[in-house]
Amino acid sequence: MFDQKIIEMLLEGIRDTLYMTLVSALMGYAVGLPLGVVLNVTRSGGLKPNRIIYRILDIFCNIIRSIPFLILLILLIPFTRALVGQSYGSTATIVPLVVCAAPYIARMVESALNEVDAGVIEAARAMGASNMQIILKVLLVEAKTSLVTGATITTGVLLGYSAMSGTVGGGGLGDIAVRYGYYRWKTDIMLVTVALLIIIFQIIQNLGMKVASGIDHRKK
Amino acid sequence: MDPILTVEHLHKEFDGYTVLDDVNMTVNPGEVVVIVGPSGCGKSTFLRCLNGLEKIEDGKVLLDGKIINPTGVDIAKDRQKIGMVFQSYDLFPHKTILQNITLAPVKVQGRNKDEAVREAVSLLERVGLSNKKDQYPRQLSGGQKQRVAIVRALIMHPEILLFDEVTAALDPEMVREVLEVVLSLAKEGRTMLIVTHEMAFARAVADRIVFIDGGRIVEEGRPDEFFTDPRTERARRFLDSFEY
Repeated sequence: MFDQKIIEMLLEGIRDTLYMTLVSALMGYAVGLPLGVVLNVTRSGGLKPNRIIYRILDIFCNIIRSIPFLILLILLIPFTRALVGQSYGSTATIVPLVVCAAPYIARMVESALNEVDAGVIEAARAMGASNMQIILKVLLVEAKTSLVTGATITTGVLLGYSAMSGTVGGGGLGDIAVRYGYYRWKTDIMLVTVALLIIIFQIIQNLGMKVASGIDHRKK
Repeated sequence: MDPILTVEHLHKEFDGYTVLDDVNMTVNPGEVVVIVGPSGCGKSTFLRCLNGLEKIEDGKVLLDGKIINPTGVDIAKDRQKIGMVFQSYDLFPHKTILQNITLAPVKVQGRNKDEAVREAVSLLERVGLSNKKDQYPRQLSGGQKQRVAIVRALIMHPEILLFDEVTAALDPEMVREVLEVVLSLAKEGRTMLIVTHEMAFARAVADRIVFIDGGRIVEEGRPDEFFTDPRTERARRFLDSFEY
């Protein structure tokens, strides 16, 4: 159906899309996970309530999350250029993806940790566990099912956003869809990229849910 | 003999509402004190004040003559000496029974893991649950979970054990298996402070009954005296409410 060049391009698109999605998810978690833990710990009723720290992080997360990704992408161009050296291509796209994902992930982590039964935390506290021990051995462990579900949802969102970055030369499957499907009216190529995105999304989603239910010991 | 636990003029408020008012108590080594009283009288809050799970507005709690400060640096150390078992068991759902029991001795007390596992298994044997060690809490009945929670407190070698309505969430037929464990602990001379609504059990296990109502200790005495001939009208009314 397609010639060798197009197939190669699509394969490269898959590679770039996976690269952007997975790397930005990993880096997003490097920032978002601790941020989410701090949000959970400092909220009122948390392990170490601190209104000032909570409010600052809370507002910070809300501001970034309220900026549409496409706008964020453009707003961050100078920053991206300073960091990566260029503002287009898949590596450059990772910068706004991480900025966008970190507060999103922080919220996911915060709400996952909020769900951990307060009684269980209290039991750990009554045994003389320190706050750090409670975070590492109780909170993060007992929230792991929600954390994995959250990571799955986040990765799915990042996949979508990475495709969106195609409109400004971001690389990957979204980029191909925009350049060929939209600008050149090559509907067949656009459809193939969309199908590929759907397949990748399904794989991520199914894998994530499988892992989540595999590690869930609360019910069965 | 010096008391293990001393409570002096304990005063506790929630949002300006007094929950506990000038509560004084001493618990001597080997003594089993049972606290009874109507719901909402402050008994559970009292237990939670003892290991600093609740801050107190006034008064002090002393363990071995040393003040317990919920915000102090030693609170974690002090809590290890006070074992607590809760109404809702509060086992860690994502840890096996063995992991539930060995978490604190290994991570908090820094004990050798093999040694902690050995002790956990022998304690589980004692409460008849050694065959459950690799299962998860959801696979156990309420009574079994509560016995595991007791083992989880025992493995820390606490000087005093606090039981907060440990049978209140259980089906009637499971109450006995838990109370029998508590009774056997009392017989071996453990120091315990028990909050319960099981009057027959209270009478059987207690060296001393403390009756709390409205956040104050209203009456205190030997179980046979308290249950057959309470001195105060309020205690009498409370005991009458258990009869149909």
